[in-house]
Amino acid sequence: MDFELSFEQQELVTALKRFVETELYPHEDLVERERGVPPDLAAEIKKKAIDNGFYAMNMPEELGGGGLDALTLSLAEKEIGKAGSGLGILIGRPTRILLACKDDQIEEYLMPSIRGERKNCFALTEPGAGSDARAITTRAVKDGDDFIVNGTKLYISAADISDFIILNTVSGVEETPRGPRKLFTTFLLDKNTPGVTVTPMLSICTHGYNPNTIYLEDVRIPKSKILGEEGKGFSIANEWLYAGRVMLSAHCVGRGERVMEMTADWAANRKAFGKAIGDFQGTGFKLADMATELRLADLMTLNCAWKMDQGTLTRQEASMCNVFASEMIFRLTDNAMQIFGGMSMMEDFPIQRYWRDARVERIWEGTSEIHRDIIARDILKPYRK
Amino acid sequence: MKVLVAVKRVIDYNVKIRVKADRTGVETANVKMSMNPFDEIGVEEALRLREAGKATEVIAVSLGAQQCQETIRTALAMGADRGILVQTDVELQPLAVAKLLKAVIDKEQPGLVILGKQAIDDDSNQTGQMLAALLGWSQGTFASKLAITDDGLEVTREVDGGLETVKLKTPAVITTDLRLNEPRYASLPNIMKAKKKPIDVIAPDALGVDPAPRLKVLKVEEPAKRQGGKKVASVQELVDKLQNEARVI
Repeated sequence: MDFELSFEQQELVTALKRFVETELYPHEDLVERERGVPPDLAAEIKKKAIDNGFYAMNMPEELGGGGLDALTLSLAEKEIGKAGSGLGILIGRPTRILLACKDDQIEEYLMPSIRGERKNCFALTEPGAGSDARAITTRAVKDGDDFIVNGTKLYISAADISDFIILNTVSGVEETPRGPRKLFTTFLLDKNTPGVTVTPMLSICTHGYNPNTIYLEDVRIPKSKILGEEGKGFSIANEWLYAGRVMLSAHCVGRGERVMEMTADWAANRKAFGKAIGDFQGTGFKLADMATELRLADLMTLNCAWKMDQGTLTRQEASMCNVFASEMIFRLTDNAMQIFGGMSMMEDFPIQRYWRDARVERIWEGTSEIHRDIIARDILKPYRK
Repeated sequence: MKVLVAVKRVIDYNVKIRVKADRTGVETANVKMSMNPFDEIGVEEALRLREAGKATEVIAVSLGAQQCQETIRTALAMGADRGILVQTDVELQPLAVAKLLKAVIDKEQPGLVILGKQAIDDDSNQTGQMLAALLGWSQGTFASKLAITDDGLEVTREVDGGLETVKLKTPAVITTDLRLNEPRYASLPNIMKAKKKPIDVIAPDALGVDPAPRLKVLKVEEPAKRQGGKKVASVQELVDKLQNEARVI
């Protein structure tokens, strides 16, 4: 097997590494304090990302995107993931679900998203529906050529800084031999549509990439704003679902590399009882485990990304990668806290931030429990008689 | 006007340098290599001249082993138009590099040659000056500002006493200092284009230059470990130590 990166991949990683360190790192403390990126700064960083071709690297080249394959994207995600998410999202990677846009939607939503002129958020989860996405209750009721939508969306990341919402609703019920089944419809909804209220929520992590509640009260949406087909909402979701899990893993690996470097540097130089604390086995073994798990997660991510490009990635593999990488970053940052000791608790020192930010990785893109459930089911499936 | 930029493949500035066990040099196996940072500044300056309409073509030249192609590709990914590799496995010393570069320049006839003021591996700081002498061209070394004027160039140089501005006639050789510019990021479109740009590979023989080293390296040693500082009680003691222990006054 050839693990060598191509020239293009190496150059992109080098360029992104410098971009992230130069343009994002210096603002992390500010974003943490303000719980957001000041709009002027956000616009400036986004412009630089666009000018360098780092924006929409995940979108097809013929539409003006970077046209990168999944493997190269995972390398990019690793570099971007080193910075705080509030800043990282400014190197925009618009969701590929937008490729389902048709007719006027292409010029209104897809192309401006690739050019960095418009930004979307993805609204699925609700107070009573998370991993059990089919439990959503936000209703879309037909009214002539329009739909009237009512409901509440919860924990919608970046809705506060988006200008349109990819909204998932229930638009009806069909009778099947196994009983009634909900029909789902996805809409492109401009945030300034009457009846839409977005309320930011206070989260302990990923400041600047904040969760929001979206209240929808008698929101009128024309039929032309349906993304994909009416009643077939979730059928367009599987491809990006797996991609999301692999990219989350890449993100965790990137963050892990950053924290690992800081921790190793500290353990090699902080002295206690006359020697470096890394030379005490209790600390040295922690470092060894951190580095080994990090390496494992990295290899799993590369393998899954490569399989995505071959079209052979399975659901089980994507879940394995996700659950391992997200639990790895939690253990790694927790060990880093322990090695940095009292200093790690201080808010003006970044280790606690990596630790807080790591917590959500085991929840979004599917909880650890859901992923284990998927893996277990797929293990058992071929053996069931 | 063509601009020729010399780019050297060196150990990456983030790498902690280790001396080889046999003391013949520094360890380069399994070590990250990249473009000499002063040369990156040179490439950036050349690209800015082209973007300002003052240069028509930017040519990146590297000398050394086949892997130096990667360094040229990096320059191409920044935006240079084409590359030339003078390929040899012989250890190249500054005079040999200057002679080889002169031969390339005689062929290419650029109006301006930009080099880093030194490479961060051996820190020789000789090639640019030697090249200018061999060519009989004007030189503006340690440039922190470069302006093209109607009758040549105006170069601001960083010298010991501050800044010195000199006027040069073209063609000229410029060596870059740190503050000349901030090199750009290689953009994704340029990275993707880099592989399609041509790199000519030439052997030193074809240029009629013998690159054999003139200087012999006897041994390479790590600098002595820094000793901890000492506190002195009085000025008198300090002077005494400087005179009798350190023997510097």
